[in-house]
Amino acid sequence: MIGQTLRNREAELSVFRRRVAFSAVVTLILFGILASRFLYLQVMKREHYHTLAEANRISVVPVVPNRGIITDRNGVVLAANYSAYTLEVTPSKVPNLERALDELEPVVDLQAKDRRRLKRLMEESKNFESLPVKNRLTETEVARFAAHRFRFPGFEIRARLFRQYPHGELASHAIGYIGRINDADLKRIEAAEQTVNYKGTDHIGKLGVEGSYEHELHGKTGSEQVEIDSGGRAIRSLARSEPISGNNLALSLDIKLQKVAEEAFTGRRGALVALDPSTGEILALVSMPGFDPNLFIDGIDPVNWDLLNNSPAKPLNNRALRGQYPPGSTIKPFMALLALDSGKRTPDFTIADPGHWMLAGVQRPFRDWKPGGHGMVNLHRSVVVSCDTYYYGLANDVGIDAIHRFMVQFGFGSKTGIDIDGEMPGLQPSQDWKMKRFKQKWYAGDTISVGIGQGYWLATPLQLATATAILANGGRPVVPHLLREVHDVKTGEKRIFAPKTREPMNFKPEHLALVRAAMVDVTQPGGTAAASAAGALYKFGGKTGTAQVIGMKAGEKYDEKKIREEHRDHALFVAYAPADQPKIALALLVENGGHGGAAAAPIAREVFDYYLTGKLPGPRKPTVNDGPAD
Amino acid sequence: MVRLINTVFNLVARRLDGPLSIVIVVLVSLGLVVIYSASGGTSFDRAMGQLRNFLVAITAMWIVANVPPQTLMRLALPIYIGGLVLLIGVALFGEIRNGARRWLNLGFTTIQPSEIMKIGMPMLLAWYFHRKEEGLRALDYAIAALILAIPTGLIMRQPDLGTSILIFASGFFVIFLAGLSWKIIISMGTAFLAFLPFAWGMLHEYQRQRVLTLLDPSNDPLGRGYHIIQSTIAIGSGGVFGKGWLKGTQGQLDFIPERTTDFILAVFGEEFGLVGVLLLLALYIVVIGRGLMIALNAPNTFSRLLAAAITLTFMTYAFVNIGMVAGILPVVGVPLPLVSYGGTSMLSMLIGFGILMSISTHKRLVAS
Repeated sequence: MIGQTLRNREAELSVFRRRVAFSAVVTLILFGILASRFLYLQVMKREHYHTLAEANRISVVPVVPNRGIITDRNGVVLAANYSAYTLEVTPSKVPNLERALDELEPVVDLQAKDRRRLKRLMEESKNFESLPVKNRLTETEVARFAAHRFRFPGFEIRARLFRQYPHGELASHAIGYIGRINDADLKRIEAAEQTVNYKGTDHIGKLGVEGSYEHELHGKTGSEQVEIDSGGRAIRSLARSEPISGNNLALSLDIKLQKVAEEAFTGRRGALVALDPSTGEILALVSMPGFDPNLFIDGIDPVNWDLLNNSPAKPLNNRALRGQYPPGSTIKPFMALLALDSGKRTPDFTIADPGHWMLAGVQRPFRDWKPGGHGMVNLHRSVVVSCDTYYYGLANDVGIDAIHRFMVQFGFGSKTGIDIDGEMPGLQPSQDWKMKRFKQKWYAGDTISVGIGQGYWLATPLQLATATAILANGGRPVVPHLLREVHDVKTGEKRIFAPKTREPMNFKPEHLALVRAAMVDVTQPGGTAAASAAGALYKFGGKTGTAQVIGMKAGEKYDEKKIREEHRDHALFVAYAPADQPKIALALLVENGGHGGAAAAPIAREVFDYYLTGKLPGPRKPTVNDGPAD
Repeated sequence: MVRLINTVFNLVARRLDGPLSIVIVVLVSLGLVVIYSASGGTSFDRAMGQLRNFLVAITAMWIVANVPPQTLMRLALPIYIGGLVLLIGVALFGEIRNGARRWLNLGFTTIQPSEIMKIGMPMLLAWYFHRKEEGLRALDYAIAALILAIPTGLIMRQPDLGTSILIFASGFFVIFLAGLSWKIIISMGTAFLAFLPFAWGMLHEYQRQRVLTLLDPSNDPLGRGYHIIQSTIAIGSGGVFGKGWLKGTQGQLDFIPERTTDFILAVFGEEFGLVGVLLLLALYIVVIGRGLMIALNAPNTFSRLLAAAITLTFMTYAFVNIGMVAGILPVVGVPLPLVSYGGTSMLSMLIGFGILMSISTHKRLVAS
């Protein structure tokens, strides 16, 4: 038995050895076949393939789609394409590039900045790539180059589409701009599995609508199979699949209204957001100063970049979305609604305002902005004259967490969800927040300043505008958005863009009516924004506000004329119009503008007048009578 | 101090096979050089990525090399069963990418279970024949054929023709080396040829296209034939000494598709010429020769069959890829072993070498 097993083992081993030997021989034969195949290709047929490679013929070149056009709500073009000639070079095909560029200088008016840019592009790309030397050649330059073309192998003139923003600085923060694709963009493209679709595309949306709707605007890249010569030039087209243009976008912006709003800001810094309260469509989005987006398209030159980036006015900062300011008294209507909603105040509850408010256990009084106080103040009057004392007491009675719960419903303290990037969330403070952020407990005194929109409370102009729109539409949360319609180029259909909204809030209509009546009286004689509404053909509701930039020491008096401009208060105004059936709601802020009633409300009036009547108010009277109203 | 270094070196290297390790490192280094060129010659991203893949894979190889063959034998059945379960999972719940259902999402990571079978298949068959040492009957071969056919069929259905051929080959080698009689091999081969017309009907359209294109690349110069035409132009124009590193126009001008992965040899052949290609073939021969030697010296049936099958599978990989790029085999999507960019194939390849090294360095202990 054992002998049998042994014999079996030996037999099996010898089979195995023979089979391995057989495999080894087969391997050698197979590799011999491979070697002779390479010998055939690389020695015997070398000439043939060498010729083919030299004249290499078939190349697949991407055909870049036209970028979608952006218009405003009335079809006015905000971002367009135009075709122009560009001179390009494939560096690997030019023996002495520096000398070629020297010789090219008189032919196409090549400037030092063009050469600097080309140098930078060469560092970032492959030698075999075709790079722009000079964009937007004139007809004369094209003709001159064509005549001298034989002198410049490797250079070529191509027709390309360029982006243009015909309105320049107008609405620049909303529209954004495109720029050359950089490494970070490439990573994003790769992550979205769009690498193939971006072959041949040089530009990508960077900011604003251009950035966030890149997927709509770009389109689908086509391809063309062309026969090319050894110089890389296309000789003839063999097959072509057409690109599909990007979709056109109609924004909700009204560019004429935008212009009125921006002009109203002339010479001042600030932001304004106006929207349709029933839909959340943004009608105007202003952040002043702005910038010319056309500068960015082909890489901004260092001089202009320096000007924009280092300007103390920060033109690149989108204040409407990213500026987080204390909302000041503009939140008093919301606090008033909370007072009624929580049952902590009745409409008739009245205080005798001595001009300050004392918190139990705290020595220092909380002062009203008006020394001496406002006298007898009920809920209605507290909004109309903007009585601080009323809200100190209210905030103390309601408590910080109830304020937090109520205000987040209006979108305070979180992003509104606007359809362009970069929005800041603001800050709606709560006990939890302070514990997490500072590891400190909340003090009763913290609540008091929150009651008048100061202290830890921060909001963006966009948040204030959205919250005001919710007041104006009767409590339906809206998501502010810039896109109105997508015009699908492929199918020809128009898709209306309507973001999902949350459930309506349920406060009592009579409470809301009380607050809105008070806001209307803010713009009537005796109210803090009375001057701005004088002579208007319609009624509108509003609330002024002032945000402190620096704190005042106790007993120190705020005197505008004695304070450096950048330390003056920010002026705020929230409003909607017309009062009964609001068609437009807005929030605006003038940085270091002083008082809301004097500096901010007149801008709202101009916007309302234009939007509702198509006319501008007459020349403004000097605002001496406005008084130091809050 | 010297003794300490010696001890450490001994600890690291005692389970590694010297010649095999050296050739692997040389081949992977060559790969890095070509990947750098094939990815455009301006960025180290891809080459560094491949270096990372290699470091992971060689660590795995070292670990496997330190596992004794007896343990590997015990693992054979669980690995195969696990791989089979995952393959069935793919067929039922797999993710579809690029039109093929090959990936399985396990929640924390996505895997391609066919990779497990590349190791699991030869291991299980070697284990099976090791147990049947007392003489093989026809029924044993029938069972072996079943073990081979089920995963192969599942992978072919994904569809992944290249991988299913390779996994079939890895299992077939074990059966062949175990002594399947020539009579059966020849009659099966004949039956297979007779079956081909039916198989043609079962192939997916893109697989048929590949075969047709192989027979006559010029009938589809812009589609399927493009790969082969461009890669043969690249190789042929390289000549005896090549155009030089980073200087291959075919590769650098984007004429060669998938040039860091399946078609990397076209870039290599263009830039380093016939001399480079012959060197590469020689390096592969060294690996194969060394692998077969390890198999011949292995102490028992399991080690012997497994070592030889892994080696011959490696040979098949190299032959299929090189033949495909040189235009004598259909384009089946098989990477050039140790050279092509890619973490998964590198990992399964080096785990295979880890097994070879385990067999070669543990034999003294188990030979009885």
